[in-house]
Amino acid sequence: MKSGSNLEKILLAGHFAFTGELGPPRGSDADEVRKKAGYLKGIVDAVNITDNQTAVVRMSSWAASLIALQEGLEPNYQMVCRDRNRLAMQADILGAYALGIRNMLCLSGDHMKFGDHPNAKGVFDIDSMQLIQTVKRMRDEGKFLSGADIEHPPKIFIGAASNPFADPFEWRVHRLAKKIAAGVDFIQTQCIYNMEKFRKFIQMANDMGLTEKVYILAGVTPMKSVGMANYMKNKVPGMDVPDEIIKRLKGVEKGKVAEEGIKIACEQIEEFKSMRGVAGVHLMAIEWEHKVPEIAERAGMLPRPRVD
Amino acid sequence: MIVAKRKPFDEIKSLIQGYKKILNVGCGTCVAVCLTGGEKEVSVLNAEIDMARKLANDPIVIDGFTIERQCDREYLAALDSKVDHYEALLSMACGAGIQFLAERYPHIPVLPAVDTTFIGVNQDVGWYEERCRSCSSCVLGWTGGICPVTMCAKGLYNGPCGGTNKGSCEIDSEQPCAWYMIYERLKKQNRLECIMKLAEPTEWANQVPRTLIQPGYKKPEKKA
Repeated sequence: MKSGSNLEKILLAGHFAFTGELGPPRGSDADEVRKKAGYLKGIVDAVNITDNQTAVVRMSSWAASLIALQEGLEPNYQMVCRDRNRLAMQADILGAYALGIRNMLCLSGDHMKFGDHPNAKGVFDIDSMQLIQTVKRMRDEGKFLSGADIEHPPKIFIGAASNPFADPFEWRVHRLAKKIAAGVDFIQTQCIYNMEKFRKFIQMANDMGLTEKVYILAGVTPMKSVGMANYMKNKVPGMDVPDEIIKRLKGVEKGKVAEEGIKIACEQIEEFKSMRGVAGVHLMAIEWEHKVPEIAERAGMLPRPRVD
Repeated sequence: MIVAKRKPFDEIKSLIQGYKKILNVGCGTCVAVCLTGGEKEVSVLNAEIDMARKLANDPIVIDGFTIERQCDREYLAALDSKVDHYEALLSMACGAGIQFLAERYPHIPVLPAVDTTFIGVNQDVGWYEERCRSCSSCVLGWTGGICPVTMCAKGLYNGPCGGTNKGSCEIDSEQPCAWYMIYERLKKQNRLECIMKLAEPTEWANQVPRTLIQPGYKKPEKKA
């Protein structure tokens, strides 16, 4: 066992993992985090706590992770390379571990341009690949990037993202291979809508033997409306929403679109359960945390297994 | 070359407010090539300043003088006999030239008339694009001659990120994704192995002011 986190135990035991997402508030009210955590507790194996997502300032991800932890929900602490240099990152990793955080997701981070401080200086001292390597070195070698020894190395289960849909498509598996070489333990993918392309990606990853070296959690985000689907298709870089999805959402009566979105998500989850190389699902129900219990129930993800 | 652009006129006006006699010093090298701070641009700016100050009933004496390079003592020397006739110097050189000018004449205020923008290339007349951040640790040898530090909006060493968008950068569809280009070029050269292995964290060498002394040369002894 690398970290002893719940997520790691679930995956190690061969269960189909189920993770969720919680966006910290744009204020200092801990109750907002507690409320969202309440919907997810017992429903997901771990919850991603986003780090200034879309480059908008929010309560820090380690702080919101701690609140989740106090609520009995295991956090997957997200860290982006945009906002900190290697000193701050390593310091936060030590602090997060000291306070009970056991999973981390290493990301580059959305560009500042998208956020509420578009002219902020982007740090990017190291990139997401190098962050994975840093956490691994801290954990397995007990060393900082400088080479100096760490007295009590932080035992973190290391996660990263993968976008199977960004170009060039054939490079995507190689990038995944690089992340594995850097030391990643689990991957959560970008929201999947184009199932055909995803099947191809997983096939390639299987053929290269990558899925034996890393747990891949397939990213699912239920569509709430046709507007959201169009936005995801046209405005979100690296997102691949096929026309059939939009057509299907448009095809139902008004007031039933969200229901159709959930139905699509459940069908996807059903397929992922038996897809070779997929070890679980990462459900990103954006500002829809209260719907997660229902989606989990309908997707047959409940009750969550307990592994000691 | 170093590319600069002229500061907004109002900003220049406010920088020189209160001065009645100014010398505007142009630079005949990079900023002249990019049509920002050479002899011609000095004359144009001076004419504008002269006109604006006349209109404001606050006339100014503004002269122009363009030297070959403001980053070189040899050329700056031509100013030695002139500067003391002025209350302030305006400089249209890059940031390095402006500072070298200010260093030579520490008793006179030296004010910038341009914003130094980047190290770039000449795409067409009047059209320049950034290509180098002078990071001090060039990676072009394994990135297909395309600089990710400069051309990737996140300066990634192991790209492309998930935001690459059909060959464009996530920040702007007009901006090509550096890592997409790197991939395409290396693929054509059959050199994809260059980016298969992990690029280790960069040992940044540009976090302090840098000095270069070529082999065989040394810093002159400090004068007593």
